[in-house]
Amino acid sequence: MRFAVFLLSRLLTYVIVVWIGMTAVFLVPRLMPTDPVSAMLGRVMSQGAFMEPAQVEAIRASLTASFGLEGTLWEQYIGFMKRVFITFDFGPSLAMFPTPVSELIGRALPWSLGLLLASTLIAWVLGNTIGLLAGYHRLKAYSKFLEGFAVLVYPIPYYILALIMIILFGYVWGILPTNFSMSPMLKPWTLDYIWAAIYNSILPALSIVVVNFGWWFLSMKALSSTLAEEEYVDFAKLKGVGEGRIMSRYVAQNAILPQITMLALVLGGVFNGALITEILFSYPGVGSLIYSAVLQADYNLLMGTISLSILAVSTATFVVDLIYPFIDPRIRYR
Amino acid sequence: MSKTNTRLLLGAAILAVIFVLGVVMPLFAPEDPRIWNTQPRNLKPSVDHLLGTTNLGQDTFWLLAWSTRNSLIIGFLVAIAATVIGVLAGMTAGFVGGVVDRVLTLLMDVFIVVPSLPILILLASMLQGKASIYLISGILIIFNWPWPARQSRSMALSMREREFVNTAWFSGEQGWKIITREIFPFITAWAFANLINTVLVAIGAESSLAVIGLSSLQESTLGTMIYWALQHQALLGRRWWWIGAPVVTIVVMFIGLFLFSTGLSERSAERRGR
Repeated sequence: MRFAVFLLSRLLTYVIVVWIGMTAVFLVPRLMPTDPVSAMLGRVMSQGAFMEPAQVEAIRASLTASFGLEGTLWEQYIGFMKRVFITFDFGPSLAMFPTPVSELIGRALPWSLGLLLASTLIAWVLGNTIGLLAGYHRLKAYSKFLEGFAVLVYPIPYYILALIMIILFGYVWGILPTNFSMSPMLKPWTLDYIWAAIYNSILPALSIVVVNFGWWFLSMKALSSTLAEEEYVDFAKLKGVGEGRIMSRYVAQNAILPQITMLALVLGGVFNGALITEILFSYPGVGSLIYSAVLQADYNLLMGTISLSILAVSTATFVVDLIYPFIDPRIRYR
Repeated sequence: MSKTNTRLLLGAAILAVIFVLGVVMPLFAPEDPRIWNTQPRNLKPSVDHLLGTTNLGQDTFWLLAWSTRNSLIIGFLVAIAATVIGVLAGMTAGFVGGVVDRVLTLLMDVFIVVPSLPILILLASMLQGKASIYLISGILIIFNWPWPARQSRSMALSMREREFVNTAWFSGEQGWKIITREIFPFITAWAFANLINTVLVAIGAESSLAVIGLSSLQESTLGTMIYWALQHQALLGRRWWWIGAPVVTIVVMFIGLFLFSTGLSERSAERRGR
C-alpha cells in the first residue's frame, strides 16, 4: 500500500515533468514574433543548394506539419504530443533531406549513451572509492592534497575543462586527437574500430570524468569522515576488525546511499555538460546533432533531438529515484 | 583559524580581484572595447596592450574587463531574483502548508528535474543571437528559483516547530511579523551562500550557451569571447592570450565563487551550532 502511494506520487511528478518540458518545446516556437516556417525556409534556402520548387513545397509542408501549424492551437498541441509520445516521428531532416530524423538520432544515440554512461560510471566509482579512503584517512597528507585538487577542479564547467584539455593535449603537447575523426572504412566492431572509438573518446570522456570526480570525491569524503568518527566504528576497531573490512562494511555501506540519490539529481547537469563537450570535440552524439540542427536551421531535427533529450533525462532521473528504496532498506516510501 | 575561514578568505580575495577587473576596470576603458579594428591585430602582450590584441583588432585586456562585467551582471541579476523568488515561494509553502504547499513543491520538483539546457538551446536558436543579456537572465531565473525554494521550504518546516517561533505566535505576534523579524535573520546567512552559488550556476549556464554562439552576440560576455576566439581559429593560430584570457578568468572566478559560498555556508552552519 505504502509502495503504491510512493510509486504514484513519483509517477505523477515524472508525468508532469515530461508534460511541462514538452509543452515548453511546443510553445517556444509559437511565442516567437516571426513566422517560423518562412524564417526557417529562408535560412534553408540561403544555405546555397538549388532546390526544385516541388522540393521546396515538400519542405514547406513538412515544416508546417513539424511546427504543427495546421488547425487550431489545441489540435496542434494534441498532434504534437501524439508525435512525441506515440509515433516519435519528426519527419525528414531538412539539411540531409530524405533521411528521417529518427534514423539520425538512432545513429547518434549509442555514442552519447556510451560516453555518458562510461564517464559517469568511472567518475562515480573513482570518486567514491578514493573519497572513502581519503575520508577514512582524513588526517593524512594525501587526503588533504586530493581535497585541494577536487575543490579546484569541481567548480569548473565541463566545457571549460574540455577547452583547457584541447589546448593542452591537442595543441601544446599535441598527443591526443581533439576532433573526433574515425575512418569510415573501418568495419564496426573490429578491434581497430573499437580502438579508434576509444582513442577518439579519451579527451571528451576525461573532461567529464575529472569534473565529476571532484564532486563525488568531495561529498564522499565529507560523508565518510563523519561516519569514521561514529562509536560503532571505534567499537569495531577495538574488537579487532581489519581496516579493509571496517571501510567496506561499516563506513562505505552507510555512506554510499546518499551518493546514489545524488546520482539522480546530477544526471540532468551531467547531460547538459556532455552536450557542450560533444560539440567542442565534434563527437558524433546527440549534442553535436543538436548543434548541427541549430547551425543548419534543421527544425525537424532540432525538435526531435530536444524532445528526446528532455524525455531521456527525465526518465533516467525517474528510474534512479525509483530504484533507491530497494537499495536502502531504511527508507520508507514517502 | 579554522579551515572554513581560510576558504572564505581565499574566496573573498579571489572575488575581490575579479570585481576590480569586472566592475572597476571597465570605467577606465579608453574606448568601447567591443568595436572591431580599433587596434592593430594579433599583438603579443606589451605595456600598451597588457594581454595583447585579438584577431578582430580589439584590446584583449579591456575586452576581458568588459566581458567580465557583463557576466557578473547576468550572474548577480539571476542570483538575486532567483533567491528572492525561491525564498518567498519556499517560505510560503512551508508555513501555509496544505494545497499551496503541495502545488508549490510539485512545481519545484518539476523545475529541478526538467533539463534546462535543451530548452535554452531551442529558445536561443529561435532568437538567433538577438537576445539581450537581460532576456537571457530572465530565462535563467525560471530555471534557478526552485533550488533555494526547496531548501527554504524545509527550513520553514523545521522552524515552525522551534520554540522561539511558538513563543512569538502565542504572544500574539502577527504572522508576517514573525516571518520578517524572527525567521528572516535565520535564513539570510544561508540565503547569501546560496546566492553566491547561483551566481556561479547562472554564469556557467550563460557561457555554455555563449561558447556555442547561442547567447547575445551583440554584447560581450566571457562565453562569447571564447566563441569569437574559437570562430577565428585562435587555437590553430596559437593566439593563447585571446582564448586563454576568458578561460582563465572563468576558472579563477568559479573557484573563487565556490570557495566563498562553501566557506559561507560552513560558517553559518557552525554558528547555528551544528
